[in-house]
Amino acid sequence: MATLDSRIPEGPLADKWTNHKNNIRLVNPANKRKIDVIIVGTGLAGGSAAATLAELGYNVKAFCYQDSPRRAHSIAAQGGINAAKNYQGDGDSIYRLFYDTIKGGDYRSREANVYRLAEVSGNIIDQCVAQGVPFARDYGGLLDNRSFGGVLVSRTFYAKGQTGQQLLLGAYSAMNRQIAKGKITMYNRHEMLDVVLVDGKARGIIARNLITGEIERHSAHAVVIATGGYGNVFFLSTNAMGSNATAAWKIHKRGAYFANPCYTQIHPTCIPVHGDQQSKLTLMSESLRNDGRIWVPKKIEDAQAVREGKLKPTDIAEEDRDYYLERRYPSFGNLVPRDVASRAAKERCDAGYGVVNNSTNEGVFLDFSSAIERYGKEQAHIKGVHNPSKEKIVELGEEVIASKYGNLFDMYRQITDDNPYKTPMKIYPAVHYTMGGIWVDYNLMTTVPGLYSIGEANFSDHGANRLGASALMQGLADGYFVLPYTIGDYLADDIRTGPIPTDTPEFEQAEKNVTDSIDKLINNNGKHSVDYFHKQLGHIMWNKVGMARNAQGLNEAIHEIAELREQFWKEVRVPGTAGEFNQELEKAGRVADFLELGELFARDALERNESCGGHYREEYQTEEGEARRDDEHYTYVAAWEYTGKPSEAVLHKEDLKFENVELKTRSYK
Amino acid sequence: MNLTLKIWRQKNADAKGAMETYQVENISPDSSFLEMLDILNDQLINEGKEPVAFDHDCREGICGMCSLQINGEPHGPGRGITTCQLHMRKFSDGDTIFIEPFRAKAFPVIKDLVVDRTSFDRIQHAGGYISVNTSGNTQDANGIPVEKHKADKAFDAATCIGCGACVAACKNASAMLFTSAKVSQFALLPQGRIEATERVLNMVKQMDLEGFGNCTNTGACEIECPKGISLENIARMNREYLKASLK
Repeated sequence: MATLDSRIPEGPLADKWTNHKNNIRLVNPANKRKIDVIIVGTGLAGGSAAATLAELGYNVKAFCYQDSPRRAHSIAAQGGINAAKNYQGDGDSIYRLFYDTIKGGDYRSREANVYRLAEVSGNIIDQCVAQGVPFARDYGGLLDNRSFGGVLVSRTFYAKGQTGQQLLLGAYSAMNRQIAKGKITMYNRHEMLDVVLVDGKARGIIARNLITGEIERHSAHAVVIATGGYGNVFFLSTNAMGSNATAAWKIHKRGAYFANPCYTQIHPTCIPVHGDQQSKLTLMSESLRNDGRIWVPKKIEDAQAVREGKLKPTDIAEEDRDYYLERRYPSFGNLVPRDVASRAAKERCDAGYGVVNNSTNEGVFLDFSSAIERYGKEQAHIKGVHNPSKEKIVELGEEVIASKYGNLFDMYRQITDDNPYKTPMKIYPAVHYTMGGIWVDYNLMTTVPGLYSIGEANFSDHGANRLGASALMQGLADGYFVLPYTIGDYLADDIRTGPIPTDTPEFEQAEKNVTDSIDKLINNNGKHSVDYFHKQLGHIMWNKVGMARNAQGLNEAIHEIAELREQFWKEVRVPGTAGEFNQELEKAGRVADFLELGELFARDALERNESCGGHYREEYQTEEGEARRDDEHYTYVAAWEYTGKPSEAVLHKEDLKFENVELKTRSYK
Repeated sequence: MNLTLKIWRQKNADAKGAMETYQVENISPDSSFLEMLDILNDQLINEGKEPVAFDHDCREGICGMCSLQINGEPHGPGRGITTCQLHMRKFSDGDTIFIEPFRAKAFPVIKDLVVDRTSFDRIQHAGGYISVNTSGNTQDANGIPVEKHKADKAFDAATCIGCGACVAACKNASAMLFTSAKVSQFALLPQGRIEATERVLNMVKQMDLEGFGNCTNTGACEIECPKGISLENIARMNREYLKASLK
């Protein structure tokens, strides 16, 4: 069985990546033509890796479940991408980006990986601009930057509120060039259902053609998993409906360790749940917290009156409002990091001050009236309007807000039918991103030789909490600038291997496992739809493994998930047949995997007897209700090995060594 | 809300399809259109029937996966939104709603409301890129300043989500708006000018090969486009095409 060797290169932090690149083995161009690589997932990480490996000369086979690689969920990222370019001359540097990321992650990530991420961040921007990505520019024609939470510099590059879209379309265009050359073979509407190991090495996958239902064998010399995070284990999240953990979970069951599954990011500003018919949640960008003030009524009877529709928030006097972030965290105020803001909202709602009329009353106000007034006065001054009326100030102020956040305000109005210019937005935290994922070494290889994991699918760079605008950075760093180098070190042994045959017992066995599992689902003929189970799983996860966790709840969750899983296999109903386009069958397979992953997730949360970043254990808090880390006992990565049942997974620890930064308690007071 | 739905059902690409009628009850006006279809599907599964197949993914109007011709309009009533952003409060209790797939020769039906839009991908393969390798030593991002006005226009063109509403809206099933958006994005940027000639010729050629129709400037595509991609892009592509043809 594999051991945990993180393979971090020797030498000073700033030289590790350069030295490593100088020392790892290369594959010459003629030999690259003899080597096949499979990439599953075509978001920022998978798309950029597919394009780059094909440019280098490898034969790439890329897979996505959508009808085109352009639709991967990276496309929905709004705010921006960080890079240590220091174009603003505000003192940014590779070290600062590294430091902010380590601190933001609450000292639970690997120094060497994070430093490398910061080191290549500038290259990403160069590459994207060369590809024709239309980043925002200033009037001098140079690139513009904005600022994000948890940092003191402006290093975020953006393309309005659609940065993820523009970066993904850049990677997609680079892929298209290689598809046209025949260096990438693209398999749209295909889903990977298992990985095939030959002599302990990853040598291929079993995939289902989602149009015809055919089960296909695909071989390669290495397999890369770039299938994103597992936030949909909560049923309701900001992930796309199809986002799933199946590829990651299948490789876990074949020997890849799963690291820190309990590290989940709950984003503070999402549109609250409207009712039982809801299918997904929508994010409102973090940038809104620059100008919006978060509050709930001070009086509990006011909160109730708001919920019952008897009192309008605009009628609540200033002194009767509790701007709880400003009250609790005077120095950071509304711009505390995501984990802190989310917990504070939960605390108020649990205490009965929630303002949304749904089954849980969960929601708080995000109010722009102060900003509208402030900008309005400023504009009146600029435009030389003397003694402006209140209406004039509001009109001018709203124009400024519209120019900054117009598309988000429109989106909010579309979904809620409320006008956020006139009445505060209602928001509540929602599951957004998973920092945990497949364990990888410095080369991004999993514990299975020849099996790699990149982007959100791996655990590597964000520790226990991710900073805004860093997900896009990591996806593209892994795909454009890290994996294409590190994979050569492994493939150098395969230059004489030749094509991997698929008519071997290993492929046969893996295919049989897949068809057996599909047949079981199709022939089950139970009484409940897949969603029935997914919703229940989400309910358990949100209530007991969500923003705040405790040992009792986690033990209950582990038990309840195992029971639900048993019920699922007895009672799920999947209509149609296996040999056709069948969306219910696709969902069933994904939910079956979530029902296992959820249990490991809860187990990991139970094992970690501390609070750090997005993982908050109620037993481990300070007197003021802040997270209390336990560096002495928990400065490690929890990497889980599958042994047949999620509850019996074996824990392996990778100790985290901090040689360049000092571990401190995060404080935003 | 209680509604009558008339939905196109088609077993597979080769089967003959037909409209079928369904009833849904107690739909919240706050539900999205696709959540309403989720409820219908749950109902069908519980009745032992086949659910309706439809494409969707991000459900926030950006991935371009959802489609649907609703009451004769791509992405239904409302401007500047995709089907997944359409909410039931746009309809009234007792309404009858017609739901069909996007119709075009180049978008064959896969099943029910799901169509094959890979023709769009093939147009992009023909030239929707700038030929630059990933090296880590391309020019510094600020090496070539780009006029803000042009950068903004390039961005506007680049926001196309590739959903196909333009084709579904067009009486000729033309893909001019889609193709011109990519041609324009690159034509407006200095990085894209170098290959502008081949790009426009190759992409237009592929567009024709896929069986999309011609543009007759009715402008229906621009009206139905959920991202407000402007007809100006078609004009720009025509200029680019003419210039390239004369070279």
